[in-house]
Amino acid sequence: MMESTRNSLAYFDNHWPTNKGAWFPGEAVRYREMSLFDDFRDKSWMDLLIYGIRGTMPQPEVSRLMEQIWIICTSYPDPRLWNNRVAALAGTTRSTGALALGVATAVSEASIYGRRPDIIGCEFLISTCDQVAAGGELDVIVMEYLKKHRSIPGFGRPIISRDERIEPLLAVARELELDRGDHLALVKRIEDVLDRKRMRMKANISSYCAALLADLGFSPREFYNTVLLSFTGGIMPCYLDAVEKPEGVFFPLSCSKIQYQGAGIRRLENVKK
Amino acid sequence: MTDGQETIKSSIWFEEAEADNPYAAASCYCSGYDVYGDLLGKVSWVQYLYLLFKLDLPDPQHARLLETLAVALANPGIRDHSVRAAMNAGVAGSTKASALMAAVAVGAGNLGGGREVYLCLDLWHHLGSDMEKWQHAISQPSQDERIDVWLPMEHFPGFDPNGVTCPRPVVQTLALLADIGSYQPLIWLRDHRSELEAATGYPLSMAGVAAAAFHALGFSSEQAEMLYLLLRLPGAAAHALEQEQHGWRQYPFFGTALKPMADADYQSLMKTTEAK
Repeated sequence: MMESTRNSLAYFDNHWPTNKGAWFPGEAVRYREMSLFDDFRDKSWMDLLIYGIRGTMPQPEVSRLMEQIWIICTSYPDPRLWNNRVAALAGTTRSTGALALGVATAVSEASIYGRRPDIIGCEFLISTCDQVAAGGELDVIVMEYLKKHRSIPGFGRPIISRDERIEPLLAVARELELDRGDHLALVKRIEDVLDRKRMRMKANISSYCAALLADLGFSPREFYNTVLLSFTGGIMPCYLDAVEKPEGVFFPLSCSKIQYQGAGIRRLENVKK
Repeated sequence: MTDGQETIKSSIWFEEAEADNPYAAASCYCSGYDVYGDLLGKVSWVQYLYLLFKLDLPDPQHARLLETLAVALANPGIRDHSVRAAMNAGVAGSTKASALMAAVAVGAGNLGGGREVYLCLDLWHHLGSDMEKWQHAISQPSQDERIDVWLPMEHFPGFDPNGVTCPRPVVQTLALLADIGSYQPLIWLRDHRSELEAATGYPLSMAGVAAAAFHALGFSSEQAEMLYLLLRLPGAAAHALEQEQHGWRQYPFFGTALKPMADADYQSLMKTTEAK
């Protein structure tokens, strides 16, 4: 085994075979199997993004749905939200826009919202759909999952349980006739199970996005990859809002806002280095 | 929703305000010690680092172990992926912060990164120094129960899938760390390295050594991941600055290394470029 792994480094030394594309200086850019300058003139950025990730050019309605997911679900210009707040903090300290956006995007890979519920919830929906299609009992599947993991990503929501984004997104899906898939129907059925079991966990927007895209054949990882930058629309106004105000004044904290719970005041005694 | 009286709970940090400004601290306390009135000038950086995470100052042996580890990790070297990431920022004149963010991001992953150290610590917590348990874990690695933002592990944590024999710096670091005091995980790893390497098929990596040291110091998996990310940054910073001075013309571009696998047009374009 050791010999073969050494060989793999030698194989890739100054050698990177690829089918993803390349820049041909002064000539052209290949983007997977297409020409960036010739084949995308009538395409949207969403088309390019989805094609780059999945390798197949999406139908116009798929790109339109994706764009609406980005707009409706994750473009809240509210600096109280944790990722946006990081951007506002970057603005108030006069850091750069790219640093604000980059780090706020990284922070969006969170556990209570954002990318982790997205990808885990999507896998749960696809797996549950498969199990139900194979004759599994939905009640049993849901309760076993809950027993094992204590929560279902994509169900329940911090701060408030009602998710105001669901109706607008479903209206778009209806308009595009993309609201008839099995995964989307399953979300409602899972909610019904949780209601009957008095679990008080409503599906949040992440489940609906995951279901709509799973119905279009997106894998959990493709869903994750295609929405990674979706918070951008909310992040930048928060950064700019702080930049436009005096420096340092974004939600200032006085010393009294620290609720100390640690060791009592003590003095250093003979610390040996 | 909450009102304006929200506070931040902390067992680490406490401040007393200046009399004329509630937004400026007159005294800052770290786990009860007056940082600027007492600690400053009396404790080393490593002692303070330990205090921040463990809420107590280290005994001299713990401090020496952490300091030695910090030196070992401070510069992963110019060929390390995280350092290369930082240099890519430096060479093109990107912001200094982006160089460190690049090093953190690239140095965070499953291969030689913070995530690998986190997983190693989990192994130590479950397997201890029981060779039978390690052998079993290596032969039947646990599968992730669910998908995650992290990609699945492709090798056994703590070992280098692209290695051949254990590199001398790794051996030297482990030997020195195992000689500091009597930290059982480090001594056990030194004494059983060959068996573990035979079982995994890969040599021990620096991430594996670091994980054992963090375990010996009693850090949690989360603390170890964070410290590992932090302690590897000095080299990335220095190398980014150095390459910024040299500029992109003196830095590899891998001009002819990209090899098309797709269609004939693509290959033809590549040949034209290579000919140029």
